[in-house]
Amino acid sequence: MMNRFGIALLAFAVAAGASSLTAQTVTSGLRGPAPLNDEGPAPPILPNRNTAEREVRNYPEQPPVIPHTIDGYQIDLNGNKCLSCHARARTAESQAPMVSITHFMDRDGQFLASISPRRFFCTECHVPQSTANPPVSNDFTDIDTLLSRSSPGGRR
Amino acid sequence: MTTTADGPNTALKTKRGFIARSWDFALELWRVLTRPSSVFALGTLVLAGFVAGVIFWGGFNTALEITNTEKFCTGCHEMKDNVFAELKSTIHFSNRSGVRATCPDCHVPHNWTDKIARKMQASKEVWGKIFGTINTREKFQDHRLELAAHEWARFKANDSLECRNCHSADSMDITKQSPRASVAHQRFLFTKEKTCIDCHKGIAHQLPDMRGVPGWQ
Repeated sequence: MMNRFGIALLAFAVAAGASSLTAQTVTSGLRGPAPLNDEGPAPPILPNRNTAEREVRNYPEQPPVIPHTIDGYQIDLNGNKCLSCHARARTAESQAPMVSITHFMDRDGQFLASISPRRFFCTECHVPQSTANPPVSNDFTDIDTLLSRSSPGGRR
Repeated sequence: MTTTADGPNTALKTKRGFIARSWDFALELWRVLTRPSSVFALGTLVLAGFVAGVIFWGGFNTALEITNTEKFCTGCHEMKDNVFAELKSTIHFSNRSGVRATCPDCHVPHNWTDKIARKMQASKEVWGKIFGTINTREKFQDHRLELAAHEWARFKANDSLECRNCHSADSMDITKQSPRASVAHQRFLFTKEKTCIDCHKGIAHQLPDMRGVPGWQ
């Protein structure tokens, strides 16, 4: 009798514990308020930024990001849609920035007449920008901001 | 003498007889056709002519329109597995408003005389179908530049008419376009310096090898 009561009590405790776990919400920037054992609704896919204005680079070596949409642009062995505007010979008509001269270099530093094959696939480094708000904030500080601080390297 | 000449002579006679009989028949038919009808009433003839005309013309046009559907085009695996499969991921097949272009919208002129002219050209495509010119993916890839060049030339020659059947330059609201598109359309489209196909190649199907094509690297 006592034993059976103990099992029932245990079962109740387990059920209560499980329900309180499922009811618990963990609010994280990425998950949102969805409980841990639920998928939660998928956030809407936001459109990409679509302007002609260049974005500032965060550091000098950063591949410039693409400020416009590139939906349906074919970049393969047959052709490269990006180069229809960004190739050296096309920039007068398109007024687009020319691909960097570094892209004409092979891996030995020799300049070729046209884009080096290893730099042909633009989207390996250059990416379009989503208009979504990042769920996790970023406290990256660029070098100019760091250098202009009164005590270099330290935070004021 | 007469017996030896008899054989070929009779053969010639029956041959001439056949030609002569055919000629007589044709002459008689012509006489009947040019003579006023003595059996049927004028009303019957007019009505019968009208009904026959409706049936023949209607039948011809219906058959023509059947060949002008996406179902007909994709009836061949050459179209279904290559160009139609490629179209599906583009904006002319799936987009926000659900308005879509089918094969003939872009590849067959809409007004009648041009449509018939294009349909006559398409007899070459029937030839290609019969002899399997592009019946594998590899063969299709080998011919892609040639096939695309035909379409580019056609669009260039008719000022991208099939684009403009839906996309009117007059109805374009450039304030609703992205800055890049609005600048490019004002500079090149509105000044008639370029036509749609000059910039918008490969928007509905994959591109062939673009080396040597103007504006491409």
